[in-house]
Amino acid sequence: MKRFLILFLFSSMLLTSCGSADSSVEAASVSAAQYIENKGSDTIVNLALAWAETYQAEHADVRISVTGGGSGTGIAALINGTVDLANASRQIKTEEIEEAQAKGVEPVEHIIARDAIAVIVNSENPVSKLTLQQISDIYSGKITNWSEVGGEDRPIVKLSRETNSGTHVYFLETVLRLGNSKDKTLFSMDTLLLPSSEGIISEVRQNPNAIGYDGLGYVPHDVKMIAIAKEAGGGYVLPSIETVNDKSYAIARDLYMYTNGEPTGIVKEYLDWILSEQAQQIVADLGFVPAK
Amino acid sequence: MWSQMEKSLNWREFVITRAIKASGYSAVVFVLLIFFFLLREGLPALSEVDASSLLNIRWYPIEAYFGILPLITGSLIITLGAALIAVPFGIGTAVYISEIAPRWMREILKPLVELLGGLPSVVLGFLGILVVSPYLRVLLDLPTGLTAFTGSLLLGGIAVPTVVSVAEDALDSVPRAYREGAWALGATKWQTIWRVTLPAAKSGVLTAVMLGVGRAIGETMTVMMVTGNAPVMATKLGSLFSPVRTMTATIAAEMGEVANGSTHYHVLFFIGMVLFLISLIVNIIASSVVFRSKKRAERILS
Repeated sequence: MKRFLILFLFSSMLLTSCGSADSSVEAASVSAAQYIENKGSDTIVNLALAWAETYQAEHADVRISVTGGGSGTGIAALINGTVDLANASRQIKTEEIEEAQAKGVEPVEHIIARDAIAVIVNSENPVSKLTLQQISDIYSGKITNWSEVGGEDRPIVKLSRETNSGTHVYFLETVLRLGNSKDKTLFSMDTLLLPSSEGIISEVRQNPNAIGYDGLGYVPHDVKMIAIAKEAGGGYVLPSIETVNDKSYAIARDLYMYTNGEPTGIVKEYLDWILSEQAQQIVADLGFVPAK
Repeated sequence: MWSQMEKSLNWREFVITRAIKASGYSAVVFVLLIFFFLLREGLPALSEVDASSLLNIRWYPIEAYFGILPLITGSLIITLGAALIAVPFGIGTAVYISEIAPRWMREILKPLVELLGGLPSVVLGFLGILVVSPYLRVLLDLPTGLTAFTGSLLLGGIAVPTVVSVAEDALDSVPRAYREGAWALGATKWQTIWRVTLPAAKSGVLTAVMLGVGRAIGETMTVMMVTGNAPVMATKLGSLFSPVRTMTATIAAEMGEVANGSTHYHVLFFIGMVLFLISLIVNIIASSVVFRSKKRAERILS
């Protein structure tokens, strides 16, 4: 009986001490730092991390946590109220807006940078230019051999991001369907759906049959980018900051951050800073295209 | 004093037996809870998507194509391939470790095999992407190395340690007298292994195979990384050498993105249900075979 009593006393002491320790830590952190939760598109995650690091170095009282997971994941988190800023490489869908409004969340859009999607092939592949129509035909399965577009007699292995990627949806709408919303063209069933940009790059790097696409900021030097023409007779254009800004490169898009309502406080300060010259220089350094 | 102690003993006995009982039942309760959860989240899929489109051959959920057949065949062909690799290798290794290897060899091999079992599957996935798939593409002259076969090879590698350690335990527990009897009758080492030791350890070896298959069919990370994830029907033998998409990889890749309560969400849970049912069937077949062979063994012995 005595043993029980001691045990009881001891454990209750432990519990109370834990409780007080917890609350004191919390109080300290609230006064010392403010948190911004930032989550979403895998395309933006490196950029968002670079921004967060630079910003935190200058503002010691702000802590920004950045995670990826995909545009939809970020927007879902914003709707569920678990993040302050959702990164998205596509615009929010109407269903998502409705879902958000049902939960009392009002998504507000901010364009933070631009991105071009580069179509990439193995460096040994002699093909270096394609029209949008040809790329569409390749991915929908109408063209299955490189010899049909001026290359060697090799089967074409098509690589794509998973369907949960904003890049996948954008590529489907802009390239496969050529921006025509009534077009119901789908990716050919034998298109490989890889879970990461890295997967696509590593397959393209070693496989001369492969064609893939990825954000301009992620394309390493040892794979070949394809010059793209909007129409059959038009000029072929390689993706770069200049060609994206003068709109001559066909596959480019805006990148977004979403907030719940108009941003206030530290989130507003952070967003304003993102559009500053210093932050937009980071955009250019990472291979994306500045929003301004 | 004495009675007080007895009382506290009784009381302890009561608590301990109840606690053990509860933990025994908890396994069953958890499985049932999981199954009911799967049913609750998965069954609405049947009313939202009609059966004919569930049995379609196209899986493209963002445009409401919910054909799960390619995913099922994808999982099955990879598991079959993995079993074809893991079973002979696993049982062979177990036989070698338990019956043939000298003692010192055995003491090196067994921990090594167990170490292999502890390798995180994501590490094997990296190995698959960077080494196995490029090598297979060149060796077999395939369009791409990200195929069902690559997945099978790696899954076989993942299943082998499970098969080895369970089968080795089963072989080890065969009484020495069986082997000595066979040798006394003039059987060679191979004859003893094939006709006496393995049949005597049959139920354990079968359990090993089933556990290995179960490990293979539920594996996610590796297959997601190396099989290419293209939802193509795998109906021919040649499908083994083209990309496939498995049920597990589909759930893992898409669950994070899907809106809670949407049709896509329900269909993903439905796939989880199918996966659960498949492993349930595998287990039931395994235990019925084990049960039947046990009965026969009892008959022979009596």
